[in-house]
Amino acid sequence: MTLENNAEILKVENLRAYYQMNYFGVSREVRAVDDITVTMRKNEVYGIAGESSSGKTSFIKVLAAAIRPPLKVVSGTAKYSFSTGPIDVAHASPAEIEAVRWKHLSYIMQGSMSVLNPVRRIGRTFQDFAQRPLGLKDKAFEDRVVAHLARLKLPPDVLRAYPHELSGGMRQRVTIGLATVCHPEFIIADEPTTALDVVVQKEVLGLIRDIQKEMGASVVFVTHDMSVHANVADRVGIIYAGRLVEEGPTREMFFAPKHPYTAHLVASLPRIGDTQQRPALEGRPPNLADPPQGCRFHPRCPLAVDICKKEVPPMEVVGPDHRTACWRWKDVEPLVNVAKPAGVMA
Amino acid sequence: MFAVLRDLIRYNIEFAIGLILVAIVVIFAALSYVSPVDPTLIYVAVPDQPPSAQYWFGTNSRGQDLFWQLSAAFRNSLIFGITVAVLSRIISIAVGLASGYIGGWVDRVLMFINDIFVAVPIFPILVLFYFVLRNNLDSFTLALIMACFGWPFDARLIRSVALGLKHREFTRHAVFAGMSTRKVLLEEHLPYVMPIVFSTFMNNMLWSIGLEVTLAVLGFTNLNNPTIGTVLYWANSHSAMVVGVWWWLAIPVVLIVMTFLGLFLLAISMNEYIDPRSRLRRMGA
Amino acid sequence: MQAYLWFIGKRLLQLLAVIFCAISATFLVTHLSPIDPVEQVLGRLSARSNLSPEAIEATRVALTEMYGTNQPILQQYFNFWARLVRGDLGPSLLAFPTPAMDLVGRAMPWTLGLLVTSTLITFVIGNLLGALAGYNPDNRFLKAFGLLSMGIQPIPYYIVAFILLIIFGYFWPILPVSGGFAMDVRPGWSWQYAGSILQHSILPALSLVLVGFGGWFLGMRALVSNVINDDYVTYAELAGVDRSTIAGSYVIRNAIVPQLTALAMAIGGVFSGTVITEQVFNYPGLGSLLIDAVNYGDYSLVLAVSTVSITAVAGAIFIVDLLHPLLDPRVRAE
Repeated sequence: MTLENNAEILKVENLRAYYQMNYFGVSREVRAVDDITVTMRKNEVYGIAGESSSGKTSFIKVLAAAIRPPLKVVSGTAKYSFSTGPIDVAHASPAEIEAVRWKHLSYIMQGSMSVLNPVRRIGRTFQDFAQRPLGLKDKAFEDRVVAHLARLKLPPDVLRAYPHELSGGMRQRVTIGLATVCHPEFIIADEPTTALDVVVQKEVLGLIRDIQKEMGASVVFVTHDMSVHANVADRVGIIYAGRLVEEGPTREMFFAPKHPYTAHLVASLPRIGDTQQRPALEGRPPNLADPPQGCRFHPRCPLAVDICKKEVPPMEVVGPDHRTACWRWKDVEPLVNVAKPAGVMA
Repeated sequence: MFAVLRDLIRYNIEFAIGLILVAIVVIFAALSYVSPVDPTLIYVAVPDQPPSAQYWFGTNSRGQDLFWQLSAAFRNSLIFGITVAVLSRIISIAVGLASGYIGGWVDRVLMFINDIFVAVPIFPILVLFYFVLRNNLDSFTLALIMACFGWPFDARLIRSVALGLKHREFTRHAVFAGMSTRKVLLEEHLPYVMPIVFSTFMNNMLWSIGLEVTLAVLGFTNLNNPTIGTVLYWANSHSAMVVGVWWWLAIPVVLIVMTFLGLFLLAISMNEYIDPRSRLRRMGA
Repeated sequence: MQAYLWFIGKRLLQLLAVIFCAISATFLVTHLSPIDPVEQVLGRLSARSNLSPEAIEATRVALTEMYGTNQPILQQYFNFWARLVRGDLGPSLLAFPTPAMDLVGRAMPWTLGLLVTSTLITFVIGNLLGALAGYNPDNRFLKAFGLLSMGIQPIPYYIVAFILLIIFGYFWPILPVSGGFAMDVRPGWSWQYAGSILQHSILPALSLVLVGFGGWFLGMRALVSNVINDDYVTYAELAGVDRSTIAGSYVIRNAIVPQLTALAMAIGGVFSGTVITEQVFNYPGLGSLLIDAVNYGDYSLVLAVSTVSITAVAGAIFIVDLLHPLLDPRVRAE
């Protein structure tokens, strides 16, 4: 399914966001987001993958208009096209951002354990978050919330409970409900399934997918777990060391990756019946305060040549809706034979 | 360690000021060891002399050189404060670690005792002790009594840390490897608790010296042993302000404020430094 | 509701046990003394008046019987509790033969009044300003306030009271520095009396507030600075929740819970501070009574003040503890 023809909902252009710190006489600039350009479309699930400290969380924070010092947007734009009009969250005023928060742009946070106020009933939390954006009176609001919770298979008396009285799975569903009750056009989901066991994971992923289809919303799904992307995402973007290194439809990325890093990420997924040893990448992700010259992946890349060490590879189109930033993308082969699994799963 | 101190002095102004104030007072108190005058004698100098080249801080109505008198007084008070702080640290660490780690009835009993000490207001009890023991109440006994009252709050703090440590992996490893409880507490858990101990040490010193001063000012201690409080007591009983011997009150009060402020600044700046979240806040997070 | 009653019941038992142990310990302390209270009292009596030897002997017999010092210690202990429960600790010495408990009863309202009002003021204002300071760390006014309270906080109660006394007694005598009410006002239910009390309580209360304020301010500021980085606050801010709602229901509501525990722990210290401050300002509360009692060698009175103080503080802690489940629903579940 190509979504190339869907309208744009988010256009990020040359975004740079750095952490600028000055303490005990030492000055440090961590280049968490260093020149990212990406476009996301309506009604799609866009997965963002990357290791820890790759800069993906900082990128998400900019998209969610949730940056706080010492993180600062240094240059570039992140323009949303909502039904009420365009807005550049990297440069908009707080008032403009307040107008779109939660109604058009919402966020599912990592860790359902602690995102709900422990001393406040769930119903009151819903009121705090969603009543103003929806602009409904108390009774109408409550009806709307109850109906929405029913979709998530939560009973109405959840509203009277305190967070510690609910199970982990219920809390996660409440959090999803909280983020989606206003029917936003754009949802950012930051590692919503990390730290959940696989059974609950499947349930949560299913819920998110269902709600997305029903509301026609766009979802940006951030996780380091490639199997989740395989399950849920329409397109996947890989971030490494603050830069976008490859982007394309999910199937393409898994079966025919065009960047060595993507190839390794995909190959790291275990398969039933596979007896091959997983190839591991050497080295560690670079220090973003002092990143390598040229292509940031070159110290660990098995295909690295001279030009990789000197010049930053530009983003090139290598297939329908598929881009990559690698000097040697033509030589990239899948590391493991993904198309023909040895086991039962077809 | 010295790099830490150097950084603190250079970049944390509260620490720097605190250190300077405390250093001044400590040096002043240490001078008493080379004092040419015996501070317990009275009427050895011309009384009621204002500060001059001969008597740096002047003299009081009892004919004592105020400089050396105060120096001895501060030395005694500081030593008193340190004694109380050390003793109560020992008790609070022992109770806190044991209570948090062993749990069960030991925890309940210790916390019950803790509650008792919290419920008892210390000042009336100290007065009671003085009433009962009169002149038998020497500095060390008083220090012991105060140490018995100074541990409850910190013991609770340490206990909550110990409760968290109990379930950590390294504790379970140690126990599985056959380490005795005493060894686990002393070698594995104690280092985690030391930051709390250091910052509460200063607070405890402040509290105990403050209480000692209060008792002495009211005349409820051995008045011949010079401490900060007794100096104020004698100044009061000789009506220093009214008679015009203002330096007898003003100079000790200034020194007292310096000491307390200095110790307090040290305590909070070290506290802030040790807590990584407050460090992040300083960086602008 | 039932869980709450269960909670109250448990805490009440604990309260009684604590009071019992503390007062027993007090009793023990008084019997540590190598001094015989009977001889002490006799010494005072004969020093201040001329008594014939027969009168002294008769008094000695009567006092020994009253104090029970000729009985084994266990018996004395039981007598002590029997008398205490009846509210009778014997006659005071400095106002012989007024019972010691009566004097304590007269002084108690003054101390309680001072204690409760100044504690309430310091707690509420200190925490409120501390929360604002934690929430707006760059506000210059609040920063200056923080420095000021940091400066005053470590100074002992007595010194602060003393400094206030000097300022308002010598340099700027606009407030009364002595007594609970003006000498020429008759006690009774009148505005004049109430006004006089208020006027005389300003300085003692001020001195207590100045010292206590810093602790709450700094503590709350630190707590709030930590809470605003908690996930649920970040999430609420992300969602654009009303700022005043976040400040009230998310930040302060969560940060105040440990402060309540701290209040319970601090009551003993504040009580001591009140007692000390009273002495400086000649305020007719337990403090002045205690000092006079010690100087007079009045054994019964000292014992009375001590036991009442312990009970009052333990009771106050109990009341504060009862508030805990109301503020924190997680405690209700226990």
